[in-house]
Amino acid sequence: MASIEMKNIVKKYGDGFPAVNNVSIDVADGEFVILVGPSGCGKSTLLRMIVGLEDITSGEMVIGEKKVNDLAPRDRNLAMVFQNYALYPHLTVYENIAFPLRLAGTDGKELDEKVRSASKTLELDEHLDRKPGNLSGGQRQRVAMGRAIVRDADAFLFDEPLSNLDAKLRGQMRSEISRLQKKLGITTVYVTHDQTEAMTLGDRVAVLKRGFLQQLASPRELYTNPGNLFVAGFIGSPPMNFLPATVKGNSVKLPFGTVEIPEDKAKKASRKKKDLLIAGIRPEHFEDASVVDPSKKGSTFRAQVDVVEWLGNEAYAYIPFEAPPEVQKQLEQLERDLDGESLRTQLVVSLDGASMVKEGDDAEIWVDTSKMHLFDPETGENLTIDLDNAGEIPNHDEAGVVEAQEAV
Amino acid sequence: MRNNASTRVGTVIGAILILIWCLLPVAWIISLSFKSQTAITNGSPGFFPADGDGAGWQNYQDVLANDQFRRAIFNSIGISLIATLLSVIIATLAAYAIARLDFPGKKLVLTMALAIAMFPVVSLVGPLFDMWRTIGLYDTWPGLIIPYMSFTLPLAIWTLSAFFREIPWELEQAAQVDGATSWQAFRKVIVPLAAPGVFTAAILTFFFAWNDFVFGISLTSTERARPIPAALSFFVGADPFNRPASLLAAGAVVSTIPIIIIVLIFQRKIVAGLTSGAVKG
Amino acid sequence: MSSTYIATAGEEDTKVKKGPKKGKPESERSKAENTLGRNLVLPAIIVMLLVTAFPMLRALYLSLFSYSLTAPEDREFVGLSNYVTALSDPLFWRDTGVTVLYMVVTVAVELVIGFIFAMVMHRVIFARGIIRTSILIPYGIITVVSGFAWQFAFSYQNGFVNSWIPGLDTTFNWFAESTPAIVAIMVSEIWKTTPFMSLLLLAGLAQVSEDMIEAAKVDGATWWQRLWKVILPNMRAAIMVAVLFRALDAYRIFDNIFVMTAGAVGTESISFLTYRQTIEQFQLGIGSALSVLLFLSVLLIAYLIVKLFKVDLAAARQEG
Repeated sequence: MASIEMKNIVKKYGDGFPAVNNVSIDVADGEFVILVGPSGCGKSTLLRMIVGLEDITSGEMVIGEKKVNDLAPRDRNLAMVFQNYALYPHLTVYENIAFPLRLAGTDGKELDEKVRSASKTLELDEHLDRKPGNLSGGQRQRVAMGRAIVRDADAFLFDEPLSNLDAKLRGQMRSEISRLQKKLGITTVYVTHDQTEAMTLGDRVAVLKRGFLQQLASPRELYTNPGNLFVAGFIGSPPMNFLPATVKGNSVKLPFGTVEIPEDKAKKASRKKKDLLIAGIRPEHFEDASVVDPSKKGSTFRAQVDVVEWLGNEAYAYIPFEAPPEVQKQLEQLERDLDGESLRTQLVVSLDGASMVKEGDDAEIWVDTSKMHLFDPETGENLTIDLDNAGEIPNHDEAGVVEAQEAV
Repeated sequence: MRNNASTRVGTVIGAILILIWCLLPVAWIISLSFKSQTAITNGSPGFFPADGDGAGWQNYQDVLANDQFRRAIFNSIGISLIATLLSVIIATLAAYAIARLDFPGKKLVLTMALAIAMFPVVSLVGPLFDMWRTIGLYDTWPGLIIPYMSFTLPLAIWTLSAFFREIPWELEQAAQVDGATSWQAFRKVIVPLAAPGVFTAAILTFFFAWNDFVFGISLTSTERARPIPAALSFFVGADPFNRPASLLAAGAVVSTIPIIIIVLIFQRKIVAGLTSGAVKG
Repeated sequence: MSSTYIATAGEEDTKVKKGPKKGKPESERSKAENTLGRNLVLPAIIVMLLVTAFPMLRALYLSLFSYSLTAPEDREFVGLSNYVTALSDPLFWRDTGVTVLYMVVTVAVELVIGFIFAMVMHRVIFARGIIRTSILIPYGIITVVSGFAWQFAFSYQNGFVNSWIPGLDTTFNWFAESTPAIVAIMVSEIWKTTPFMSLLLLAGLAQVSEDMIEAAKVDGATWWQRLWKVILPNMRAAIMVAVLFRALDAYRIFDNIFVMTAGAVGTESISFLTYRQTIEQFQLGIGSALSVLLFLSVLLIAYLIVKLFKVDLAAARQEG
């Protein structure tokens, strides 16, 4: 067992491309930390630097008080589960699990006991004599985990371990991994692009974008207090709505009408003295006004509903709107960062299943303005953030400014 | 589905045609090897030996009793095996480097291999003939082994690097994380996985060396090193004015037996080896 | 519809690999990698160069001399006159013409038959193993043996071909005249190398997706249209590589000629001429000049094929 400390880690490739940029993350002993972000954000590179498969350009990697920058992977005593499992096709399941032990010189009874105990934990007993080629995806996954737990590694590293499984199996394996980690109490770093995995598994989640750490916080903190537009857009499904907003006093002018926001938020928002901001509101913070208890605080507005998707327990309503060019540009950039495509700007509203709103209706929508965030359209910074409950947000304003300039 | 039925009939006819194409000449040479030598001298047209023209196993006995022929078989086996072994070892090292490592000059090696694969062999025998005589390699085993190695290396390197490329890179890394040294990772993970590829390359290399004729006739002068294709072509028998066709046929059949055995056992691997790397768009 | 959100935020990057993997070396590890890489390929380079580049340079050098092994003391620098002799000799041009004829005819016939074979092997379900085994036999057989087999088959004294071709005089001597002799040589060459061609084409055929062919069927394409508009264009790379390999190989034709006619009755190829000058007649000077010319003509053909058909060798090698 050990903690993992990353201090100002930088990874530059020969062409000068910085895959990882000045990232510092502390993983406490026994903690489960997720590295998440869209493709090319450097999460896998970071993981591979922890395990020693990539050189560290600069910065310090400390595992359990020991600087490991120059240690070969085999000297770091870490266990890793690869995306494609990396099972040895010429060895049986038993020998696959036993492989690290054999390399370490363990043999005889001790080896057999350890392998059998691992296989029991993972319910692989009946497959021990089979070759990996004859196993299903879920079984292969478990063999890969068996190979990791069989040794007394200081930490587990997972590189998108569930991305090759189908949706149902992924759910099962997710809870399996979580249970196993709790049981063994082992320090774990887990790379994924899937925000569901990030939210459900991690004690803390590090969100990365293009090599920069955006925010390191607990899932709840990330969801309720995203540090910037990127994190806000990345975490949550359906994603947060972003609307052009003009703040005057306590009132915010949105494309659909003017709503009132709490005074403390209004104060924070006026800090930068900008007229035009981007408002971020999650779909579930809207509701069909007719089903809301009138005692609840908030504002209402009327809008033409374009499409309604009724799912039984809830319904999604889509409401198109026009955004001014400054906001439009920032939103397009955001879509690109999130690996998406910029489609039309529309508001997604989650309604109660009981709502009777239909397509084409001019509906009255209620919005919980206390949950609204306001972002600086140039830097993407969340102006209304509650810093006490937002984990760590590294200060890299230069980068934010550079990106804003690129976007223009 | 009339269309389907006609396709199927076409396929069956095609399959039969392939079999005839491949096996008829083989059947012919076997049939010829059973014609008696007197029948050949007097002229004995026709696919099968005519009545009374059959020789039984006589031609085979004669061929195997012939010192020249026996020596040539021995030369061919020895030279081909040594050339194959050396070529495969050298090619394995090179192919591993090409498939796995990123280093300057990689393109150069591949281009050079390609160029040599296209090289007109005959344009080299003149200077080689001259050089080998000067340094004493003419009419020796090494004198053939060396050119065989150079001309089989391109094929071996290509085949092997295609195989190496298909071994997932992650496996080696996984082994390293599991605590293996580079050498252990290579020996315990890569070598077992690459074995089929190495094997395929070895078979193809052996075929080339066994088949070679140009070097065989140009760089040897006596039975000291003369391989079997050259020996067959120089084989005149008792009567130099009349080629002993049936005796030659028996020799040809004998020289083909090793190839047929290899093909029968390793059919799958040879096909994979021939097509891997060569064509993948 | 709500699931589309998860998809956009989540599953996108399984296909896109994590950032650039390779880059220019800079660290200790990549330096070590360079050294290791160079050391590993070095033996291969040495062996390949030893028997090709060095003799080729030597041939270039010797070609400038009048040099015969029968009278080595008379070696004399003659400049380019060996080349002039060779290029002004009608024999050289006739042999080059014959060689080109061999190349064009055999490759064309092999391409057609090889493609048919590949189609059959691709479709066939029964007896797959037997067919693949049989097709490897001509590939594996010694060319000299193939030459003998066909020479005897065409022989009027002991062969069977004459009696199997209707309307042909059974005493017809195939090896008495140029054209039939060349045909006989081509038959042996084609028989032996078509399997190789068909295996290369089979690999290309296997890469044309069935879905695409079915889509073409649904779009209303006939069998013929599917072949020409869907299958062949998608096999282009495979076909071109097969043609390039075989053409260069066919241009070097030697074994069959040696065995079947020994170059008589105008069947001599340029390789055979070179061999005759150097090894049989010990004329190393003019022989070397011919070697250089042969080498240059192979380069020219390779260049022409690559340029003409735009063969992408990098793609064929999967390096791209």
